[in-house]
Amino acid sequence: MRSTTYGRGLRSLSLLTVLFIAAALVMVFFYAPLDAEQGFVQKIFYIHVPLAIVSLCGFVFGGLMAIGYLRTGDRAWDMRSYVAIHMALIFGIGGLISGSIWAKASWGHWWVWNEPTLVSFLIVILLFCTYQPLRFSIEDPERQARYASVFAITCGAFVPLNFIAVSQATQFVHPRVLTLTGAHLPPAMGVTFLVSMIGITLLYATLWKYEMAAKNARSQLRRLRRTLLGEDLDRPYGRSAAPL
Amino acid sequence: MSTAWAVLRKDLRLELRSAETLPAMVLFAVVTIVIFHFALNRDTIQGQEAAGVFVIALLFASMLGINRLFVAEREQGGFDGFLLAPVDRGAMLLAKASALYLFLVVLEVIAVPAFKLFLLQPGLGRPLPGLIAVLALTNLALSVIGTLVSGIAVHTRARDLIGPMIGLPLLVPALIASARAAGPILQATHAPAAPPLRWVGTLALYDLVFALLAYAVFDFLLEE
Amino acid sequence: MSEPPAIELRSVSRWFGERAALSDVSVSLPAGETLAVLGRNGAGKSTLLRILATLLRAQHGSVELFGEPLPRGAHKVRGRLGLLAHDPLLYRELTARENLTYHARLHRVPLARVEEALRSVQMERRGDEPVRTYSRGMVQRVAVARAILHDPPLLLLDEPRANLDPAAGELIEPLVGRASGRTRVITSHDPRAALAEADQVLALKDGKVAHYGDPAVLTDDALKELYA
Repeated sequence: MRSTTYGRGLRSLSLLTVLFIAAALVMVFFYAPLDAEQGFVQKIFYIHVPLAIVSLCGFVFGGLMAIGYLRTGDRAWDMRSYVAIHMALIFGIGGLISGSIWAKASWGHWWVWNEPTLVSFLIVILLFCTYQPLRFSIEDPERQARYASVFAITCGAFVPLNFIAVSQATQFVHPRVLTLTGAHLPPAMGVTFLVSMIGITLLYATLWKYEMAAKNARSQLRRLRRTLLGEDLDRPYGRSAAPL
Repeated sequence: MSTAWAVLRKDLRLELRSAETLPAMVLFAVVTIVIFHFALNRDTIQGQEAAGVFVIALLFASMLGINRLFVAEREQGGFDGFLLAPVDRGAMLLAKASALYLFLVVLEVIAVPAFKLFLLQPGLGRPLPGLIAVLALTNLALSVIGTLVSGIAVHTRARDLIGPMIGLPLLVPALIASARAAGPILQATHAPAAPPLRWVGTLALYDLVFALLAYAVFDFLLEE
Repeated sequence: MSEPPAIELRSVSRWFGERAALSDVSVSLPAGETLAVLGRNGAGKSTLLRILATLLRAQHGSVELFGEPLPRGAHKVRGRLGLLAHDPLLYRELTARENLTYHARLHRVPLARVEEALRSVQMERRGDEPVRTYSRGMVQRVAVARAILHDPPLLLLDEPRANLDPAAGELIEPLVGRASGRTRVITSHDPRAALAEADQVLALKDGKVAHYGDPAVLTDDALKELYA
């Protein structure tokens, strides 16, 4: 579409991400103390919770990008929103699986209904699983972008509301390692969590940027091919659920 | 406002004449209640269970209405006719959500007594004011989300699938709040007269956020 | 500055999927004139009319109606155009009177116009029967009444005489014909009849402009080739 280079800064961002993820892993295994009640398995919390939070924020981020599309009509915003939701869904499924493992190890069940992060997650993921089918179900690319944006905004606002409703519905019978404020965490655990949180956030940012760069490169390549073949540059590409 | 009123009048007249949607919704809700009798193998239910069963019957019946909401507009050129006029697009949202709301009210006027007749253990007299308040807010959630989702789905190829697929998860928080709010007042004994405030509050917050949001984005669904 | 043309299209293109329904169409139609749009089925006539009716966006190029650029100025021109499409845009379960009353409310024109419009297409006597009970010709007459209900200066007519017998064709002549004094874009399955009442002609073939300009430029041979 345009000659914006999403690749710019990607290398340094990747390095920073690797640095933080490595530091987080080292701290998780060698620095953070063992949880008195749950033991070693509690350490999955350093992966699960950041994955969950980053994924939820990713969905909201996708909604914000979609506002950009509806305001400007510039398809680049739709692309940003699409990639944001796409990545958030992958992170979300990671969060769901890690949460399930944690639940099995510490409470003996693969699924528990009293962990609000997990439950609200399930609902959010069920909702965002319809994003791709919705896009694929609309042929006209402009309409696809517009409807997908409406979906992204609505569902982005849904994420926090859903969390409020679900956490109210959950009785906290099990000890919670992290409250919403994170106040009850011992300092060593808190620092480890913070580093891991930054690491996962950077990972999301890197993957988002990488995917944007890849999609951008592909579209420029297609455009170049059309120019060389002397084809009409404005003609849309075949049916696709993805923008561009 | 006058545009919304014109569209709403037209919709109600169409429904009165063709009776395509509302009777099906009512029947569906009553049948769902009867099925729950067999599925749960219970003659009477109360409390949280009763609230859950009723909310689900209501949800399923509303899905029929949501799927039918824009059918006449799509099949008989109603969208084009509306878009050709120099009117505020938001009027369509207001009119359609109001129509759905009215359908749900009529549905409940029949389904609530039917629910009492077939399944509900406690009498209706005491919980009724609280129940009306909860249902009034639940209907708002169902009609706002229903109109929005129906508006998204109507121009897609798999519209009958896309609507419920997006609608159900979107409605989950409202349904949690609705069922939890109605649960305590449907207890057979020691039932409080008023539904728990925090659930009513959650439901009201949900309604407010999505009503504003739907108003903000609905125009974009009508273009072209 | 002189009055802007009623319709100004500059290299308008529109695709459906990968198929180009219209490509690179330019038209300039002064107010009060008639443009005949010719071409075989699927040549892009209906797409062009829908773009002019603000119901469809051009994906490329610019569209101006009465000097207002679309889609930005669409809300300003919507009340000033009347569309008579293949689809009559009437609810089958409602009566002609109810349908027209609904449209009168949307366009904010006095309800007295409903009776006037019904009379003008001689449907006042059967105006209280549901549209689904009408013959196709009667539906078309009510559709004409709907299209001119708000007295639009620009008419977009997709085969206005479809399903009409000659008498009914005469009947709608003062409403949508040349005598109505409106700017008109007209498509017809009868190219000669359309050419006879046109100031300009736009011949489309596979979405592209085959001929554009004075009706005289379209010779019999060219017509034959267009419909071949």
